[in-house]
Amino acid sequence: MAEALAAITSSPRAPYRRWLSRGFQYLVLTALAFLVLGPILTAVLGGLKTTGELFAEPFGLPTIPRWENYTDIITGELFWRQLLNSAIIVTGTVSLTLMTSALLAFVFSRLVFTGRELLFNFFTLGLLFPVTIAFLPVFIQVRQLGLIDSYFGVILPLVAFGIPGSTLILRGFFRAIPSELEDAAYIDGCSTLGFFWYVLLPLARPALGAIVVLQTIVSWNEYFLPLLILTDDSKWPLTLGIMQFQGQYGTDWGRVMAFVSLLLVPAVLFYILTQKYIVTGLTGGELKG
Amino acid sequence: MASRSTPRFRFTQRERPAANERPRTRTEQLLTIGLFVLPGAAIYTLFLVFPIVQASYFSLHDWNGLGPVTDFIGLGNFERAFQHDVFVNSVIHSLTIMSLSLAIQLPLAIMLALMVGRKLPGRMIYRSIFFMPYVFSEVVTAIIWLFVYNPGGGMLNTVLSSIFPGYVPQGWLANRDIALLAVFFVITWKYFGLHMILYMAGLQSINSEVEESARIDGANELQVLRYITLPLLAPTIRLSVYLSVLGSLNQFVLVWVLTTGGPANATQVMASYMYRFGVKSFNLGYGSAVAVIIFVISLIFSIGYQRTIMRRDYAGSV
Repeated sequence: MAEALAAITSSPRAPYRRWLSRGFQYLVLTALAFLVLGPILTAVLGGLKTTGELFAEPFGLPTIPRWENYTDIITGELFWRQLLNSAIIVTGTVSLTLMTSALLAFVFSRLVFTGRELLFNFFTLGLLFPVTIAFLPVFIQVRQLGLIDSYFGVILPLVAFGIPGSTLILRGFFRAIPSELEDAAYIDGCSTLGFFWYVLLPLARPALGAIVVLQTIVSWNEYFLPLLILTDDSKWPLTLGIMQFQGQYGTDWGRVMAFVSLLLVPAVLFYILTQKYIVTGLTGGELKG
Repeated sequence: MASRSTPRFRFTQRERPAANERPRTRTEQLLTIGLFVLPGAAIYTLFLVFPIVQASYFSLHDWNGLGPVTDFIGLGNFERAFQHDVFVNSVIHSLTIMSLSLAIQLPLAIMLALMVGRKLPGRMIYRSIFFMPYVFSEVVTAIIWLFVYNPGGGMLNTVLSSIFPGYVPQGWLANRDIALLAVFFVITWKYFGLHMILYMAGLQSINSEVEESARIDGANELQVLRYITLPLLAPTIRLSVYLSVLGSLNQFVLVWVLTTGGPANATQVMASYMYRFGVKSFNLGYGSAVAVIIFVISLIFSIGYQRTIMRRDYAGSV
């Protein structure tokens, strides 16, 4: 890649073209960056403003920061309750998805038996039915199992819909681990479980990290499943909380933006810290096949 | 060379299963497989496969979601759906979002990947910014954009009236003619970074020597892009198209929070239609039928696409 670019940019005939093309690229990129960041920054700054200020000067700094927009939310009990509920749903979903799909991926990548590919295809079929459109059938089933108003009524479907993608990603990584290691482990007297636990999982740490991060994003952001399944609003996660808050204070945009920022800022930090894993999960497992 | 590598190959072939099987019997091995598959299979079957199979059964009944499922009406629900112009329009809206994504979002993503995937100083910052909205929840994204589009003093109206004097503030989501486009813009805002990342990964796997040799042979930049880079990027383009189509057909939460399908069903998409006319109006039999229609559309597209267009990409991976 480096040489290729050097070839474009160091063309001796027209050095000005290099600057022109660079300048044009920066222009396009910067314009787009403003388009992406504009609404985000407005929301974060807006949390410190009155609605009037927000409407008149969306990009300006607040004249007198209205910290009470934030303090009213974080001193209330509701916000922390909803944060805890979100945390419960995320922890449950992530740990169960990780456990089940790691075991499945191990079987599909390392063990040999008839019908393996058929079974694997059965599990990847679920990729076609994302939870965003399957919520109605899932809701009916959760109700039949008596899991309405239970955290598990949200967690278990999220795990089920997370299994196909996670298994696919992990299987790709497990297959990339050389079989000499497996032979060595078995010769040294390792059991199947021992090889899985002591050799394979530690080596696949980046892929496991990717699953953790991607499933955290999915379950933290899930909106419709908890809406349908949790009728008791003391069990609501933050996604439902913010909709409720927006319904209540809809015209007080300063307050709404304060709530939005309380979710946005941690999401940005999480993103900065985990970007590497997200990219690994989205590209490594699928593209290298 | 060949004579030396052949025995070694045989050695591993013979030795590996032996090392694998020696300590345990066939039943023990099956037991291991069973135990490993069981937890995943149980959750997957119970909460994904079974609900979908069951939905196809419910779709043949008139059922309000309470009481027993007895009122068999055959394909009545399906007939009703296809005769309901709101549903037909919601399919058209989903297909519109899909076409716009393919026509606008993907070329944009390729262009950006070409820019920030190469050695542009500062590319990491741009890359991080563009991909960031991907992690935001759809609910939070939609609320921010509700403010941006606000007809009173929303950000977009404020910006436009400061640039163009005499501009009349618009109700972006209240106008039947532009609401769907406004929704599409938010979808693009949130997801173009994902496609950009996919293309960047694809570009990284292209051997730059091929491009360079074309340049040495006298090809200009446009020709290199057209005849070398894009063809080599084809597997990624096929994947990105696939994800984009399925993603468009499944749009729901953004649409629902932004417009609840309005004004006057102008932004109703397939999934929001199912929620509005299946769940909210207590008609789970009918909702199930709509779910089945969406599944069948996804399934036909998916199988067709994988069998024909993506076939080559899978050839090496199994």
